[in-house]
Amino acid sequence: MVPLSWYLMLAAFLFSCGLYGALARRNAIAMLMGIELMLNAANINLVAFWRHGVGPMEDLTGQAFAVLIIGLAAAEAAVGLALIIAVYRERRTIDVDELDLLSG
Amino acid sequence: MASDYLPLLILILLAAGFGVIAIGLPTLLGPRERNNQKLEPYESGIIPFSDARRRFPVKYYLVAMLFLIFDIEVIFLYPWAAVLRDLRLFALVAMIPFFIVLVVGFLYEWKKGALDWD
Amino acid sequence: MDTALLFDNAVVLLPELVLAVGVMVLMMVDIGRRGQNGSQLLAGLSVAILLLGIGASVMIWGRAPVEYLDGAISDGFALSVRLVILIAGVLGVLLSRNWFPAIERQGGAFYSLHLLAVIGMMLMGTATNLIVLFIALEIFSLALYILSGFYRENARSIEAAMKYFLLGAFASTFFVYGCALLYGAGGSSKFTQIHETLATGGGNPSLVLPGIALLLVGFGFKVSLVPFHMWTPDVYQGAPTPVTAFMSVGTKAAAFAGFFRLMMTALPSFHDQWAMPLAILAVLTMTVGNLTALRQSSVKRMLAYSGIAHAGNILIALVAGTAAASSAAAFYLFAYAFMNIGAFTVTIALERQYGNENDVEQSRLAGAAERFPVLAAAMAIFMLSLSGIPPLAGFFGKFLVFKAAVEAGWAWLVVIGVLNSAVSAYYYLRIVVAMYFQQPEQAGDEKEQPFVPASRSSVFVVVVSVLAVVVIGLQPGLWADLLRGLGQ
Repeated sequence: MVPLSWYLMLAAFLFSCGLYGALARRNAIAMLMGIELMLNAANINLVAFWRHGVGPMEDLTGQAFAVLIIGLAAAEAAVGLALIIAVYRERRTIDVDELDLLSG
Repeated sequence: MASDYLPLLILILLAAGFGVIAIGLPTLLGPRERNNQKLEPYESGIIPFSDARRRFPVKYYLVAMLFLIFDIEVIFLYPWAAVLRDLRLFALVAMIPFFIVLVVGFLYEWKKGALDWD
Repeated sequence: MDTALLFDNAVVLLPELVLAVGVMVLMMVDIGRRGQNGSQLLAGLSVAILLLGIGASVMIWGRAPVEYLDGAISDGFALSVRLVILIAGVLGVLLSRNWFPAIERQGGAFYSLHLLAVIGMMLMGTATNLIVLFIALEIFSLALYILSGFYRENARSIEAAMKYFLLGAFASTFFVYGCALLYGAGGSSKFTQIHETLATGGGNPSLVLPGIALLLVGFGFKVSLVPFHMWTPDVYQGAPTPVTAFMSVGTKAAAFAGFFRLMMTALPSFHDQWAMPLAILAVLTMTVGNLTALRQSSVKRMLAYSGIAHAGNILIALVAGTAAASSAAAFYLFAYAFMNIGAFTVTIALERQYGNENDVEQSRLAGAAERFPVLAAAMAIFMLSLSGIPPLAGFFGKFLVFKAAVEAGWAWLVVIGVLNSAVSAYYYLRIVVAMYFQQPEQAGDEKEQPFVPASRSSVFVVVVSVLAVVVIGLQPGLWADLLRGLGQ
């Protein structure tokens, strides 16, 4: 079996990629993509922990949690894109650096 | 054990190699002549006179988002359907509230006109 | 599996179930309604549903705590938090009733989202499972992202919603990663199971601290701890004021309740390791919150920074980590609900008077006591209570939290807390002084502007809040006993 630490390192690397994407991009949709990547990194962690037996194998908590997070990421994407469209209609931009009406 | 992955390595090399050759050889061996006309977008002979981008109608986004939400519902329904035979009444009773909430949401969006195409 | 498992102890979630059915009824009514005054009907229906929720909470008040499906529990702490959130919800709905120009068209969506946010917040207070904790967090977060941007005509409102969403989703991903690590550490997502596994030496204890650190990022964002507080002033200022009023109380109550339960049920054996970092965060939060509030010219931003400072105060209770501390935190949140929502309500009334721009400058408050005697008096009471002056509710909230912290051995933290309260008194009392002892600017303009009376629902909310602040202050023991902590 692939060692647990490899999965954790993969998830950490994926999380870092998502983090970079969310922090370094100005396009709001690209930031959203980074956020989705981070959520999926946590999913990898959960399933890897389950597979390596942190709890009894009949207890599918890791998998169930992962599936719920996937569902939730979809809901978050829907809400986020709706907000991005609302901003676009009002300000004609999706560049987050240009949203500076509120100071600070 | 590593030898199990040898076919995969050969596949990767072949795929990447094909791509490199398909792009690299013409670049190296083909004629190189750039003029402005070759770089314009092709419009069946008509000279393009405006930007091709149109204002994106929001109703496409609405339909896509609604599809996404109900697709996620289906993702939850598939494993449920797979174990329904073994779990019987328990699974049914557990799924009913989830389903009702989604049906109410669907009725709401339908009656509010989110599904009207124009 | 036995179907009866689904219904055993389902009464634990009675308030949430009442509200969930209520939301669906609300949506059906919204579909079916015709004609004018439809949104007033929906507002009334929402208030009725929330009152039914309060009734349901009262109905299950005295029962012995039992768990529903290893996911939710309804002990005294959960019920206290539910009460705070439901009250904040009712007051929020009353304030929104005639605030929005577009409420006629979109009232159904607004009130449904409001009630869904209340459900999510209540669920977070009852969660005994990492999965339920996270889902509940996301339920109310998503609802609040949309509610913050509901004032669509105002570009700042939409921008606030966008900022809230991007930063909130970002923080949620840290939260999930932390939950995943805690699952790996403890072998289960149930809090009590994690505790058992770690206490008997099993699991992966090395994953606990990274898990807590990541969870703290997500949690710290939600309750505006420093250094995760940067969204708070912008979102509080940009969001429609009734939503800000509800959000400021509800998210703090929900997130603190969830985190209290997580730290004290799942990780008490690691208390020595997480208490000091949290103490440092509390000091930073109170200090930065108070110092920055001193320099704000907008009332809503000042209240946002004051909220950050209050979050630091409540964090002191978590650092103490005792049952008495959690009870003190519940009392603090209860008092905070009334004083904060009251302060925002007076802001709403002033907004109506001065141009409906979704914010009020502090300079507008100068001389307000002449034009709005009742509102000024109420605002004075709220400011005095927020700064912790006896015998009002705010003082007893701080007193109970500080007392519990001293009893748990954190006297140095309490000293810093008291110093910060003294600093905060400056910017709270500055408002009282401005209202009563300063002349209004541009006296000529003021006389020509017609007097716009506050709406009836605003007046009602203000009266209720003032009464609550005074009554709780006069009889703190009664309420402190009523609002139980964890393990009481």
